[in-house]
Amino acid sequence: MIIKAWLEDAVRDAERRGLPALRPLLEALARSTAALRAADWNLDAAGKVDELQRQDDR
Amino acid sequence: MTAKTRTISELGAALHARELTAQAITDQCLGAIAERNPSLNAFITVLADAAREHARQADAEMNAGRYRGPLHGVPVSLKDLIDLSGTATSAASRVRQGHLATADATIVTRLREAGAIIVGKTNLHEFAFGTTNEDSAFGPARHPLDPSRSPGGSSGGSAASVLADMAYASIGTDTGGSVRIPSAACGLVGLKPSIGEIPTDGVVPLSGTLDHVGPICRSVEDAGLLYDVLRGAMPAPRRPAPAARGLRLGVLRAYFMALLDPEVAESFERACARLQETGVELHDVVVPHAGDIAPIYLHIVLSDAAAYHAKTLESRADDYTANVRLRLEMGRYILAEDYVRALRGREVLMHEVDAALTGCDGLLLPSLPIPAPTIGVGTVRIGASDEPVRNITLRLTQLFNMTGHPAISIPCGNTPEGWPVGAQLVGHRMRTDALLDTARAVEPCLG
Repeated sequence: MIIKAWLEDAVRDAERRGLPALRPLLEALARSTAALRAADWNLDAAGKVDELQRQDDR
Repeated sequence: MTAKTRTISELGAALHARELTAQAITDQCLGAIAERNPSLNAFITVLADAAREHARQADAEMNAGRYRGPLHGVPVSLKDLIDLSGTATSAASRVRQGHLATADATIVTRLREAGAIIVGKTNLHEFAFGTTNEDSAFGPARHPLDPSRSPGGSSGGSAASVLADMAYASIGTDTGGSVRIPSAACGLVGLKPSIGEIPTDGVVPLSGTLDHVGPICRSVEDAGLLYDVLRGAMPAPRRPAPAARGLRLGVLRAYFMALLDPEVAESFERACARLQETGVELHDVVVPHAGDIAPIYLHIVLSDAAAYHAKTLESRADDYTANVRLRLEMGRYILAEDYVRALRGREVLMHEVDAALTGCDGLLLPSLPIPAPTIGVGTVRIGASDEPVRNITLRLTQLFNMTGHPAISIPCGNTPEGWPVGAQLVGHRMRTDALLDTARAVEPCLG
C-alpha cells in the first residue's frame, strides 16, 4: 500500500472512530514510514545484494 | 559512619558490621517519603508496615549471623510496573484499577532472597509509554531539585525516590531509555543490561522485544551489586576496577551530537577532556545508519504496544490518559510490511554498533540531550529548531534497546544552573560485567 493511500484511509478511520486528534500523529507516522521505506538497507526482490548477508558470509 | 550513608556498598558494610540497623535505615527512608512524597509524587504505593516488619526480620537474621549479602536490610523501591504479590501493579493507569498481583515477579523474588526491603512502588509514565511522567493516572512525579521539572521517565518516580533519599536504589524498566533518561536527569547511575539477561516475567510489558529491567542507584558499584541480584547471581566482591589509563572508548558523534542542548554538550566535552587527561584513549566512531534509528524504533514499539493494549483500547479507551491512548492508537495503523522492514533495520543497526565497538572497551555518548524538562512543556528549542520533548529525550538511548547492547548512564557534571548531565557508556553484547568494570574505571573522571 502506498503511504498516501494508507494515510488517507487511516485518517478517515480515525475520524470515523471519533479520534480526530490522531491526524497529526498519523501524519508524523507517515513521514516516519516514508523514511523507513527509503532506507538503503531494505531488501529488493529484483535481487539487490544483501549487504548484511555478505558480511555474515565473510 | 552515620545513617546518612549514601551508597549501598557503604550501607551494606555498616549493616553487616551492625553499626546501623535495617530498622533505623528503613525508618529514615519512610520518614523521607512522609516528608517529601506529598510534593514529589514519587510513590504510588508506600508499604510502610511491611517494610518495617521485613527490616525487623533482617536485623534479627543479621544479629543471628545469617547474612544474606550486601542488599540485606537495604531499602529499595520498585517501579509500579513490577508485580509484588498482594499489591496492585497500577502501571500508573486507571485501566489497571482493581488489579492485585498474586505472585512476585522473578526479580522481586530475587530481591527478597537477597534481603532487600521494599519500601514502596513508584510512579511512572502510564504503562511506561513516555519519558516525562506527565501522563500518569496519579499525576506527574516531580524532580526533587525543582518540582516544576520532570525527573525524566518513564521510571521517573524511581529516580526521584533515590535522589530524595526515600530509597537506596530503585528497580525500573527501560524500553527506549526509561532507566537511563531519569538517571541522567537526576544525577544518578542507571544500568540497562544486555537484552534478555534479567527476566521480565511479572513485569507489565511495553514492548516484549525491547523491554529491559535495570537498577537506578548512586554508584556504578551499586549498579553491579543490583545487577548480580537481578540476574540471579550471588553478589560477589567486584574485581578491582581496571585503570582508566589505556582504556579505548569510541565517541559517537555526528547524529548523536547534532541535537544537544549547548550546556549539556559543554558538560560532556569537559568530561571527555578529563578522560583524556587521565589517559583514556578517545576516538570518533560512527553508526552509518543512525539517521534511521527513530523510524525503526517507532514502528517496533508502536506495534508491540498496540498488540498488548488492543483489547483494552476497545473496551476501556477512556481509562487511558489522552496522550498515551493516542500513541497506542497510532500503532494499530502500522502495516505488517513496515513492521518487518523495521525488524530488518534493527538487525542492520545491531551489526553497526558491533562494528563501532570493534577494538574498543566501550562507546561513549551523552545519555540525555537536554537537562530535566519543565513539566507541561511539549517542545524544547535546540539551535534553530523546536524539538518535541519525547523525541529528543529518546534520541540517544533507544538505539541500544533495539541492538541489545548493555548501556549505563553515569553523572558527568552539571549545567551552570546545576542541572545534572549524564554520560552513557555502551558495552559489547552479553558482556555487562565488562561494561561495569569499564564504568567503574571512568566514573571518578566523569563526575
